[in-house]
Amino acid sequence: MNVQTAATRKVSPDASAKDAAIAIDDVTLRFTTPDGHMMTAIRDFTMTVARGEFACVVGPTGCGKSTTLNLVTGLLKPTTGTVRVMGNPVTSISRDIGFVFQADALFPWRSVIDNVAAGPLYRGESKKQAYERARDWIARVGLARFEQHYPHQLSGGMRKRVALAQTFINQPKILLMDEPFSALDIQTRTLMQDELLTLWSELKSSVVFVTHDLEEAIALADKVYVLTAGPGTVKSVYQIELPRPRVMAEIRYDTQFVEIARIIWDDLREEVQIGQSRTLETGQ
Amino acid sequence: MAALSPSDSSRPSRDAAIASAELSAKGRARRRYALVITLRLAILVIFLGLWELGTDTKVIDPFFFSSPSGIGEQIWTWITEGTSQGPLWQQIYVTLEETFIGFFIGAVGGIVAGIILGRNRLLADVFSIYIKIANSVPRVVLGSVFIIALGLGMASKVALAVVMVFFVVFANAFQGVREADRAMIANAQILGASPMQITRTVIIPSAMSWILASLHVSFGFALVGAVVGEFLGAKQGMGLLISTAQGAFNANGVFAAMIILAVMALVIEFIITQIENRVLKWRPAPFSGQGT
Repeated sequence: MNVQTAATRKVSPDASAKDAAIAIDDVTLRFTTPDGHMMTAIRDFTMTVARGEFACVVGPTGCGKSTTLNLVTGLLKPTTGTVRVMGNPVTSISRDIGFVFQADALFPWRSVIDNVAAGPLYRGESKKQAYERARDWIARVGLARFEQHYPHQLSGGMRKRVALAQTFINQPKILLMDEPFSALDIQTRTLMQDELLTLWSELKSSVVFVTHDLEEAIALADKVYVLTAGPGTVKSVYQIELPRPRVMAEIRYDTQFVEIARIIWDDLREEVQIGQSRTLETGQ
Repeated sequence: MAALSPSDSSRPSRDAAIASAELSAKGRARRRYALVITLRLAILVIFLGLWELGTDTKVIDPFFFSSPSGIGEQIWTWITEGTSQGPLWQQIYVTLEETFIGFFIGAVGGIVAGIILGRNRLLADVFSIYIKIANSVPRVVLGSVFIIALGLGMASKVALAVVMVFFVVFANAFQGVREADRAMIANAQILGASPMQITRTVIIPSAMSWILASLHVSFGFALVGAVVGEFLGAKQGMGLLISTAQGAFNANGVFAAMIILAVMALVIEFIITQIENRVLKWRPAPFSGQGT
């Protein structure tokens, strides 16, 4: 198959780069289930994210996409292989990391401003400074009039904005996102993607963005990692060479975009079918 | 391709229609509320009326089942002349004091134990069996043990109220801690919270609605503990008042004390609800859906 086009090319995953923000080198992760079976979540997994790079991870359901993020946070430890963040092996949760969850992870008993100020307060910043910066970040995500609202009073898109402000206020060098927009309707999702790219271009963090939506991945990313059906490993990596800044509402009609989507989908479809037939056979 | 727009009907007339619809909806809600109150009062009046009528015509024997007027007289006598064991206020005060001290100790103990065991898997696995055993003992029986051990004074009643309250609050606090959202805890961890900060700012607030729900129920239990304790042996209190009335075959006295206890429980229930609403003001109001 010829994957060599103007806007995308296959590259090989490489963990040797010394200045990478995230380097996952040949990692396998197994764990024991409560009834004593060994489960392999991911195997021989290699991935690098350069500083300031936006990487997306796509793959069939249950292939261990979210597991890769938890390896980077240190919430999960690899069985074999190494994970390095900013050149150092991961031992505990790094202060450089920000995480946006798929589910609503805001604290429902705190108002918007208290939610956004949580990170700086946890990290020992003074109350005055924490709230000053929180106010600034709330304004940046366009919620200045909602500082005193509680999460349940906001729409799903607004809650996501709060979650972004809550994460970005810590100015993470590494931003991990686990299907953050999957629960939003399509219009809101497009807005949030633009918002994310704007914030990212200001902060210049390295991003790992997990999604099951291939078009979202291509629209946002510099590099798209395609995983195999579980136990997940990297099947192929595509460099996306669409010019930035990108406008989400328009990019999906771009001819180059359509071409890239077709190429990667050909690759991904096989794995989705494998994953699906395996699920149907085993009934799990 | 032409964009179509719905024709713009006259704005002022539509606004007026909306305003009048809102007004009539408000009127309906008010009338319905009035109807509910009226029906409630009617049921009370009918119930008391039939009871009184029954006792007047000897269909119901007032010796066993008392009568509304008899109960009223009894309460009035207690208020104006005092009870056989001293002024009524003092009896209420003694029972309330035992209830509150027992409730407070039991609730604090239950919350602390629930949070510690909820946060520590090993401790939970080790102690869960003992808590199950302790919980299966009919707690009222402990009243006798406490009276033998602690005497007829306040301590034995407080102890009984404590054990009545502790297990309910403990079970809820434990469950509340266990139910704390995983994503929320992970979020706090990554935002930079220490284990202590997580307990304080995530675990306790999210267990709070469980804990407050248990406080509602367990206050009633504390009152039961105090009254039963007095019943088993005491020098003062509402429980003793009931047991004295029972000994004298004074049905009016038993019913009167019962009603006084019910009123006490309702007043305190109301106060707890107020506190709960204040603490849980972040919760969505039922039926309102998305607020504005």
